[in-house]
Amino acid sequence: MWDYAKLIALGAIAVLAAIAANHARDLAYLVNAITVALAAGIAFVVVLRGVGEPKVVNRNEYLDGVIRLGVIATAFWGVVGFLVGVVIALQLSFPWLNFEVLQGIGNFGRLRPLHTSAVIFAFGGNALICTAFYVVQRTSAARLWGGNLAWFVFWGWQLVIVLAATGYILGGTQSKEYAEPVWYVDILITVVWVAFLAVYAGTLMNRKEPHIYVANWFYLSFILTIAMLHLVNNMAVPVSVFGSQSVQLTSGVQDAMIQWWYGHNAVGFFLTAGFLGMMYYFVPKQAERPVYSYKLSIIHFWALIFLYIWAGPHHLHYTALPEWAATLGMVFSVILWMPSWGGMINGLMTLSGAWDKLRTDPVIRMMVVAIGFYGMATFEGPMMSIKAVNSLSHYTDWTIGHVHSGALGWNGMITFGALYYLTPRLWNREGLYSLRLVSWHFWLATIGIVLYASSMWVSGIMEGLMWREVDANGFLVNAFADTVGSKFPMNVVRALGGAMYLLGGLIMAYNLWMTVRAQDARAPVNANNAIPAE
Amino acid sequence: METYSFLRTLADSWGLLVMTLCFLGIIAWAFRPGSRKTHEEIASSIFRNEQKPVPQAGTRDEEAL
Repeated sequence: MWDYAKLIALGAIAVLAAIAANHARDLAYLVNAITVALAAGIAFVVVLRGVGEPKVVNRNEYLDGVIRLGVIATAFWGVVGFLVGVVIALQLSFPWLNFEVLQGIGNFGRLRPLHTSAVIFAFGGNALICTAFYVVQRTSAARLWGGNLAWFVFWGWQLVIVLAATGYILGGTQSKEYAEPVWYVDILITVVWVAFLAVYAGTLMNRKEPHIYVANWFYLSFILTIAMLHLVNNMAVPVSVFGSQSVQLTSGVQDAMIQWWYGHNAVGFFLTAGFLGMMYYFVPKQAERPVYSYKLSIIHFWALIFLYIWAGPHHLHYTALPEWAATLGMVFSVILWMPSWGGMINGLMTLSGAWDKLRTDPVIRMMVVAIGFYGMATFEGPMMSIKAVNSLSHYTDWTIGHVHSGALGWNGMITFGALYYLTPRLWNREGLYSLRLVSWHFWLATIGIVLYASSMWVSGIMEGLMWREVDANGFLVNAFADTVGSKFPMNVVRALGGAMYLLGGLIMAYNLWMTVRAQDARAPVNANNAIPAE
Repeated sequence: METYSFLRTLADSWGLLVMTLCFLGIIAWAFRPGSRKTHEEIASSIFRNEQKPVPQAGTRDEEAL
């Protein structure tokens, strides 16, 4: 019965999307509508082939198939996102790489949001979804709630990624940083996100453990807050149901403040809270000892929740934003330093008594470096939010360097650690294919980040100083183009750092692939094809 | 008073006070006597149930979506 309802819905979506493609007012909408029609068509065929087959749900094992696919998607989108990053870094160094034939598709302006969304929402998003599903099942001792709803979350998210990516390069954007997807993609994101919340909360409610482990608190706050941010920041009225353009409900400084309330809390809850959920599960598991202080983790959590949401205005220093709001944002950003370092200490001290593992286990080394970069980025961020510092750093490469020491160092490294942890377990392999390759990945990534961050410090501070330099008569000394010319060597070093990071990602993908392909499975314990336990 | 000024004043007086008290209350709760044993119990819960869920008591028949 339910299958028929699904078939009708999918068929209707496919037909409506095809009709919409026929009426499309712009290219991005046309391509997106065709993509939706194809996706609905494929889903229709998949459901059709399964009609009438008995659905077997073994409630005595975890739902791991979707997590396995999530691991693959994370590694894949990671490499794609890093690659686009290296391409645009090279475009900044060598402008002729903005090829004339690719203008309007492959130039820096079109590729830049492709890079940011690919690494944050495709790489980071898939990492968060698959680790959230893994962690919530293990810490709740319950199978994922909602049957195949988890699969819908996974495939829905991939569709979001493909629609957003193809839309960006064809000009479909609402021009809000990190919230570029156009209105109909925003609606799809909302549907997928509600399903994600339902699966997550449903599993928590089915839990067999009396307490909710702290990692779940972080994951749940990430899911809830992103839902709230997404809904408020994307309040827009479409110009036409057959076009990708829309008009924002708010304008001017209100719109700017909502955008950076969204933008900074996307960092705070997507890239921080969610990944802290990873840290609080995978670091203790890999170190084989419980978290250093559970009390500290509670304080860490609530302090982040109470403080982070106010920090957004520091993106709008010296703008039309009221002075008090900017000061509020600055003060809360500075206060945030303490809970962030509390969390860092909690993660690092989990290894106390097991520091020797750093020498023998490159995976734990990766996680420790991730926590180190979390600490560094959460010190640098509050410092840059101080108005006097911000007047030098804002709009310069320093900001780019800061973001990347957080994203490459913290988010990237903790995700790599989680992927190395998950792959042998999800595929029932004895261990990783090669620890030597993990070490290679570790050093390439770490040196790459150091090159990236240090070149951007030099470049950013130089840029800021050149912009404010005045001569004895009060005239500006440098034209903007002078700063662009002076940044060339730093831009090249940055591209080199990014290329090393990309190479590390490729080595990881190969290593994970060989972990599964080159080794035989152990006796299946939790594979979906396992014989029922009873 | 216009809405903006009202909300602005509410936020930096009563709103701030309520949030601060809530936060301090949570911290105090985390440090309540006897919490250490509970916290140690939760912190080590991740080392259980690695391979299989705890069997459901009353198995609701749940059709896959």
